[in-house]
Amino acid sequence: MGAEFVALSLPSMLIGICVAVACALPGNFLLLRRQALIGDAISHVVLPGIVVAFLLTGLVATGPMLVGAAAAAVLAVVAIEAIRRLGRIEAGAAMGVVFTAMFAGGVLLLEQSDTSNVHLDVEHALFGNLESLIWLDATGWRSLLDLDALATIPVELPRMAVALIVICAFLYVFWRPLSVSTFDEGYAQGLGIATAPLGLALVVISAIAAVAAFDAVGSIIVIAMFICPPAAARMVTNRLGHQVAWSAAFAALAAIIGYVLAGYGPLWLGAYGSVSAAGMIATVSGVILAIAALAGPHRAPTA
Amino acid sequence: MSISVVKNSNLDADRAIRTASALSVRGLTVSYGQTPAIFSVDMTVRTGAMTAIVGPNGAGKSTLLKAALGVVKPLAGTVSVFGQPLARMRDRIAYVPQRASVDWDFPTRVIDVVMMGMYRKLGLLGRIRASHRAQAMACLDRVGMSDFATRQIGQLSGGQQQRVFLARALAQDADIYVLDEPFAGVDAATEKAIIAVLKELRDTGRTVVAVHHDLTTVPDYFDDVVLLNTQIVAAGLVSKTFTEQNLQATYGGRLATARADLESTAG
Repeated sequence: MGAEFVALSLPSMLIGICVAVACALPGNFLLLRRQALIGDAISHVVLPGIVVAFLLTGLVATGPMLVGAAAAAVLAVVAIEAIRRLGRIEAGAAMGVVFTAMFAGGVLLLEQSDTSNVHLDVEHALFGNLESLIWLDATGWRSLLDLDALATIPVELPRMAVALIVICAFLYVFWRPLSVSTFDEGYAQGLGIATAPLGLALVVISAIAAVAAFDAVGSIIVIAMFICPPAAARMVTNRLGHQVAWSAAFAALAAIIGYVLAGYGPLWLGAYGSVSAAGMIATVSGVILAIAALAGPHRAPTA
Repeated sequence: MSISVVKNSNLDADRAIRTASALSVRGLTVSYGQTPAIFSVDMTVRTGAMTAIVGPNGAGKSTLLKAALGVVKPLAGTVSVFGQPLARMRDRIAYVPQRASVDWDFPTRVIDVVMMGMYRKLGLLGRIRASHRAQAMACLDRVGMSDFATRQIGQLSGGQQQRVFLARALAQDADIYVLDEPFAGVDAATEKAIIAVLKELRDTGRTVVAVHHDLTTVPDYFDDVVLLNTQIVAAGLVSKTFTEQNLQATYGGRLATARADLESTAG
């Protein structure tokens, strides 16, 4: 049981937890700044970026895909700003236009190009393939201390762990300017805080989370994790630091419960096979949000 | 020859005034769209005085404050603080924005908001020590809000929120306090408490500038007044500048309305 778990489930579960927490952390600030849709936008526009990168290089490799996705994210942010300023259209509408158009463009590109021999399709883009990230060389818990075996751990895990560390470091270092400028932008500017570059940095950090996560888990889980755990956490506490901590806990919980339910839930219900882990994790995060909305101690505006 | 002498002495006098003034703006123009919100505004705020900025709705009062603080980028003009560029003098200015400008449902407590006033001093990662907390509590005490330190900010009344904003500015321990409508929508007790704190600041050599709506209290509260309607109409000592004629020139036909509004809110 131990060996099987370490080889088949542990990497996927850890990746799921890293993805969930990496998205939930910046999601807190996006939510409080009423920019939650940015997470949604970024995770959609990643698709055309990856497809273009594939068409240019002809291979599904991590490096080009990350570059392509990042370029698409930057292009989307610029396009959203341009539409908002030039067209004088509300930010949410500008985002909606840009990310749906870019995602649709990505789907068209994908259908037109010959990707039949590589693992790149619309379903993959939405749900990823978390379950397939298995660790072949693992023979048990001791493999975690075996350098040779560790070398074959799915590359998504160290990549996601690095992304998570970068995000944590960013939030730790810029906690004060971020929290002041999120609460009271005018006052923050009066303190001399460069709020515009800081806001952009937050979007870039969110993009890092989305891009790193996309390949492993698809866009559904990313979108859910940017919003559900922070929104649930807001209803549990009235302090920003506590909210961020709760959101990380909810995200990890959703990842674990969702992964287990996806793998074993159908069996428990007497059915065969399993369901999409990414889909189930996103669903569980929604259920956690619903519970917090019904029973959280701070669910109503206090004013 | 004689002309250049006159010129020089004028320059010297001008420089002396600028260094004596806590806050000085020259030729400040700000526009949000096609029409300017403020146009070519010159304003000199006397050190150690309380100055009111008064004018009708849409006169650009808040914009003038924001531009003077670098919160809004002006199209043209310069700002100097004690004769120095603003960027070098950030620590000397504390800003109290309009209460309505923030989301009071934000997950934070009263004491956390006051601590924000010390973020410049603390830097990105400076440790918050017991002395910092004590200082924040003392600032809350000055505005009569120390009993509310651990309350969520959304649970406060409008007047209490305004006092917390003032406490946050006090925590900056600045030389110039810039307030945007500090008395808007607050109860009488809060108004009294705030004006007492502001007068105390002035009496200890600090400079206070506030956008102010209530024309009836200008002579009681303030030393100087700036009458603004996109451009400066008049500025100077309240006793000399706050005249019927200047008010008429600032408000035009809206003066009667402004007064009627005040009477209805007072009654």
